[in-house]
Amino acid sequence: MNNGAKNKLKDRMFSYFGIISTLFGLIILAIFLINILVDGVSRLNLSFLTNLPSRFPGKSGILTAWTGTLWILVLTAAFAIPIGMAAGIYLEEYGKKTRLFNFLEINIANLAGVPSIIYGILGLEIFVRMLKLGGSLLTGSFTLALLILPVIIVVTRESIRAVPQSLRDASYALGASKWQTIRNQVLPACMSNIFTGIILALARAIGETAPLIVIGALAYVPFVAKSPMDEFTVLPIQIFNWISRPQHGFVVNAAAAIIILLLITFMMNGVSIYLRNRWQKKMKW
Amino acid sequence: MLEMIYTNEVMESQKETGIETKSFAEVDVSGNNRKLIAKDVNAFYGDMHALKDISMTFPENSVTAFIGPSGCGKSTFIRLFNRMNDYIEGFRMEGEILLDHVDIYNSKINIEKLRKDVGMVFQKPNPFPKSIFENVAYGLRIQGINNKSYLQDKVEHTLKQVALWDEVKDDLKKNAMALSGGQQQRVCIARTLAVEPKVILMDEPTSALDPISTSRIENLIFELREEYTIVIVTHNLQQAGRISDFTAFFYLGELIELGRTHDIFTHPKNKRTENYITGRFG
Repeated sequence: MNNGAKNKLKDRMFSYFGIISTLFGLIILAIFLINILVDGVSRLNLSFLTNLPSRFPGKSGILTAWTGTLWILVLTAAFAIPIGMAAGIYLEEYGKKTRLFNFLEINIANLAGVPSIIYGILGLEIFVRMLKLGGSLLTGSFTLALLILPVIIVVTRESIRAVPQSLRDASYALGASKWQTIRNQVLPACMSNIFTGIILALARAIGETAPLIVIGALAYVPFVAKSPMDEFTVLPIQIFNWISRPQHGFVVNAAAAIIILLLITFMMNGVSIYLRNRWQKKMKW
Repeated sequence: MLEMIYTNEVMESQKETGIETKSFAEVDVSGNNRKLIAKDVNAFYGDMHALKDISMTFPENSVTAFIGPSGCGKSTFIRLFNRMNDYIEGFRMEGEILLDHVDIYNSKINIEKLRKDVGMVFQKPNPFPKSIFENVAYGLRIQGINNKSYLQDKVEHTLKQVALWDEVKDDLKKNAMALSGGQQQRVCIARTLAVEPKVILMDEPTSALDPISTSRIENLIFELREEYTIVIVTHNLQQAGRISDFTAFFYLGELIELGRTHDIFTHPKNKRTENYITGRFG
């Protein structure tokens, strides 16, 4: 075989390997989804969404769980977004490259890699025990906000860095202050990028189970939370709870709840993709 | 005194103005019209000595062109006049730069106010991703001016100044990014004029433009000289010859030669200037 034919063969072999690798994850996911759908779709109806949990699988619903997830989503966003964005803006635009700055920078990157259960233990110690907030929505959302804070900081910084210097120069050259430049030019130019990252981080937060179990959200909650100080449960914990029961009916319930949880996260991912595409169309430097 | 034959009216009118430096003190400058003065300026990026002992004067209502090969310090120098180098990490400057005889590197100087007085137009047209109207009004809005009729008058006036009004008057809400390169650059100039600067710095304003847009901007610069003091960096020697009253040749961070544009192009005193102008290097 001559060299050209050899290269062609290698080329083709790699493309086959690439296709198999790409499909591998997708096929496994598809099998899982089909499995869940077969188990759970028949269980999905309005009363499943509006019923409180019960001893009987047929009467049980996910009202407390999805409202809890919604509460957690809103509260976590309310805590994590302003703090994360402010920190990201500071680090990228204001921070001077000192030793302290480098130390902070490395540690924030490290925080993004800390396992979520560690955050749960942190939340248990600080919010439940020291601040005596108990297993409330406040504790849960504080804990999850801490968990996604590093991600929001990093995504804010990267989005800001992608804004071309020429845009800042133009604003400064007209006599704008640093904050005016950030507020009027830099942030609007990268906002949808930042929000794409924030939505993905929030989608991850509402799928988290481990840290919430540690802070005590596993308790049986027979009512819908009315204030941030109430105890709560969320969809992944409800699913975990049902799966660990022996009756088959609860397994079906779990499958139905998984469908709802996946719908929520897919929707959030969809919004983030939509934002990103719109941004790419609008901004061409 | 100079023994030059002034070939056009413009040069005739500038007999009274002139330029002064330590090493090229042959031109007489009367005190009042020295708009910008650089005194013994040295600049560094970290250990790199980017500008070496530069002193020069820019008379009011004149156009001064900086020429020289890439990396010779022209852009670094021009960016000193509105302190655009301040944000560059590791940048340091020594010496004095005076605007209307006030040191702009004094710690009491309000940088935002300085940049309002010393406008800048960049190499690549960089309009904001906003409407044409908002681009021109931006500099006024950040000063807290939001009076609608005032802004409208100002936008119309400055767009007329840059000869863009007739092309865009029905389309002021259009995104400025959708304009052609030449139109974008004129929006950028209009935006600079809207905040009523005293000095306009231009860093290769036409290098990204086609010949027709370039000649339009050159004509504009010629007109703007009536009201403003202009400093322009250019790689286009013909351009420097066409639009400037004074030309400064930079090489490796040093000011090699400075004088009336006509003199520099016809009787360069320094061998390196001559070599550069005649295209032997650069």
